[in-house]
Amino acid sequence: MNERPDPREYLRDGPDLTGAELDRRLTETWRDAPGFIGWLCSVDHKSIGRRYLVTAIVFLSLGGILAALMRLQLSGPNHHVLSPDRYNQIFTMHGTTMMFLFAVPVMDAMAIYLVPLMIGTRNIGFPRLNAFSYWMYVAGGALLWVAFVVNVGPDAGWFSYVPLSGPQYSPGKRVDVWAQMVTFTEIAALSVAVSMTATILKQRAPGMTLARTPLFVWAMLVVSLMVIFSMPAVALASSMLMSDRLVGTHFFNTYEYGDALLWQHLFWFFGHPEVYIIFLPATGFVSEIVGAFSGRQTFGHTAIVLALSATGLLAFGLWVHHMFATGLPRMGYAFYTSASMAVAVPAGIQIFCWIATIWSGRPRFEVPLLWVVGFIVTFVIGGLTGVMLASVPLDLQVHDTYFVVAHFHYVLIGGAVFPLLGAITYWFPKMTGRMMSESIGRWQFWLSFVSFQVAFFPMHILGIEGMPRRVYTYPASMGWGTLNLLSSLGAVLFAVSVVVFVINMIVSLRSGARAPANPWNAPGLEWATSSPPEPYNFAHIPVVRDSTPLWSPELTFARGLRVEDRELVMTTVLEAKPDLREPSAQPTIWPLVAAAATTVVFIATMFTPWALAIGALPVAVALTAWFWPKDRGPEGEPVID
Amino acid sequence: MATSADPRPSFSTDLEPLPTHAFGHRSLTWWGIIAFFLIEGTAFVLAIAAYFYILDKEQAWPPPPFPPPTMLAGTLFTVLLLLSEIPNTLVKLAAETHDLPRVRRLLVIISLIGAVLMVLRGFELNSLNVLWYQNAYGSAVWMLMVLHTTHIATDWFDTLVLTALMHTDHGGEGRRFVDCSENAIYWRFVWLIWLPIYAMVYWLPRLV
Ligand code: HEM
Repeated sequence: MNERPDPREYLRDGPDLTGAELDRRLTETWRDAPGFIGWLCSVDHKSIGRRYLVTAIVFLSLGGILAALMRLQLSGPNHHVLSPDRYNQIFTMHGTTMMFLFAVPVMDAMAIYLVPLMIGTRNIGFPRLNAFSYWMYVAGGALLWVAFVVNVGPDAGWFSYVPLSGPQYSPGKRVDVWAQMVTFTEIAALSVAVSMTATILKQRAPGMTLARTPLFVWAMLVVSLMVIFSMPAVALASSMLMSDRLVGTHFFNTYEYGDALLWQHLFWFFGHPEVYIIFLPATGFVSEIVGAFSGRQTFGHTAIVLALSATGLLAFGLWVHHMFATGLPRMGYAFYTSASMAVAVPAGIQIFCWIATIWSGRPRFEVPLLWVVGFIVTFVIGGLTGVMLASVPLDLQVHDTYFVVAHFHYVLIGGAVFPLLGAITYWFPKMTGRMMSESIGRWQFWLSFVSFQVAFFPMHILGIEGMPRRVYTYPASMGWGTLNLLSSLGAVLFAVSVVVFVINMIVSLRSGARAPANPWNAPGLEWATSSPPEPYNFAHIPVVRDSTPLWSPELTFARGLRVEDRELVMTTVLEAKPDLREPSAQPTIWPLVAAAATTVVFIATMFTPWALAIGALPVAVALTAWFWPKDRGPEGEPVID
Repeated sequence: MATSADPRPSFSTDLEPLPTHAFGHRSLTWWGIIAFFLIEGTAFVLAIAAYFYILDKEQAWPPPPFPPPTMLAGTLFTVLLLLSEIPNTLVKLAAETHDLPRVRRLLVIISLIGAVLMVLRGFELNSLNVLWYQNAYGSAVWMLMVLHTTHIATDWFDTLVLTALMHTDHGGEGRRFVDCSENAIYWRFVWLIWLPIYAMVYWLPRLV
């Protein structure tokens, strides 16, 4: 290729341009425009990540309010706080909000904020796609909740089984709202997965080989690939459902030789990996926290990476275990039972590695590590009931009872929310420049941990006693009243503890102790820059020699990136050798416009299929404007004249 | 402890000599495109699986009284689509050697082929001999056709935009050649994925 020296001299960072002068110039290049419009145009991964995080916490609160309503209704027999129809909407909204609008996006939020900092780059890859994903997510969430408020909230459960959700048994728009919300959030999650994969593979700091890549980043790589392979299934399924409902196709209509189980296969082909899509990032948090607070590199780095990958693969072999009650071939039972049990092995490996890290290190039991311990205990219980459920006879017995509800709240709350709260406490100083209160954090942890067990442990017993899930009430003669009351009390206390956490965040944001660059003396690159980081993340790109760069005697840097244009260094996939300098996108309004156009189309399709044809035009215009290069200016560095 | 805010950082690597664009897996967008292939490929594989799942439930394929789709339009479409790989390979090579005039000419040709393909696709949809709401067989066939048509339409539109772009002065930038090369890769995906669908929509009903 005809490589030639640059046609012009560009300003570059290095020994001659560093310190305050470099900071001024890089800020000029990388900061968002001021004001509201600047905010709307931002493509900075830190702003988008923060927005994602705040939005996900809002949805957590909304889902939590619904949970409180359900627990109020169930706290004793024959209550009439909620009508049966309202109850159906509420449990569906609770499950859907928690899974699609809280659990997956909140992990994305943390990753969007943290991964570029952990791998030492200036911004995420495809930053505009990333901004687009946020707007799609907000639009999908708003659609669902606005519909709920006007009494068009979906009511067929968070997995909307046909035929119940089909045109015959669910007339009206409730299920269409659900299906379209799925489309929005899938697009958002897939966009993040694409950005994340490319960023992790190509933008790691020089020297950060795959083996030296932080474990949270590894977890996100595996998760992104899982999203890429699983989300198309639910997007396809929800499109088929919509078209059955709106244009009269017969995918799931048995009378015309369609098949209802097709829905379940497609849904769980996504739905089971989904659980690990939520859980694996949480294990990534745990690996980071355990290492930092034990003062040693996390034990068994390679074993953990292998366990993550194995979980990712096995998760795709498990979907049928949600369908044991449907009648399957005998071989099928044997296979899926063993696959379901096998997934406990990599989970076990990770847990042993964490315990070994704490054991052999000098652990400091500060709040983030407390959450890790709470997580390990709770998750082990949830995992055990999971292994129990993997056996077909037992599953058939407790299928669709509160035993299952208890199981998945143990894994979802214990396995994902606890690590998340630990992770927020841990990275809060990086994101905001302030520490969260340690004393509030401690007693809030204990409140959460104990109230969680009070709320959910009794559900196991209720399930074994035969209490079905998704019932709006039960007769007094069943004798389930006391345990339900206990569970409801626990749920109230748990909700209080989450409120306390959020208050701690808000108060600390204003008046918490100022955080230095590396308040926990942690080893990762995200701590090598100021708290909160400048818009450009790193003044100079760090060069990595091992997996704990900040614990090595000296950190060195790479020079030579352009300062007056947004430029990133691309490194090779395995070895992370510096390979290219590529530009990074400027802020722009077009992702927002494209998301708005797509939103109009998606909502209109719920009423007429023609919307797809007509609406394609504005979407196409917005996308073209988005991709069209703006000014050639100095960033061309053309190779031919 | 060292941070990048150190007043006197020490430097061990120089990035200045690195090139500013490259083709294939060295570029970031290539990985983005691969990720999109995987997403769309998965959607196709699952749609194909769903088609077979439904085939298994039907009595006959196609169920009477529906005749199988008429072959002519679909076969012409397939032949032209395969032939389009010739200019597609040429434009990829031209882009990788930074031959702007040639890239411009070939892109115009590919855009025209795309237009003809869209017309043929219209005829194809008219010769399936079943509508999506008539039975599950019809739904399955239309699902595959709509999925693929979306891809043809999107990539045709991309090609039109790219053709316009390469005719402006942005055409001389190295990164725009990378865009052309990557668009060519995407086109390959679109025709490769068509082959199984062609076999399933047109031949399978004649064989089972
Ligand atoms: C304050 C904490 C929570 C409480 C008290 C709570 C309570 C409940 C209850 C009582 C049900 C069963 C409703 C029924 O079957 O009638 C339920 C269902 C469910 N919950 Fe939660 N929950 C909480 C948090 C969460 C979180 C954090 C998640 C996810 C990350 C979650 C995910 C789900 C799902 C997926 C369902 C199933 C919905 C359905 O049946 O369609 N929950 N929850």
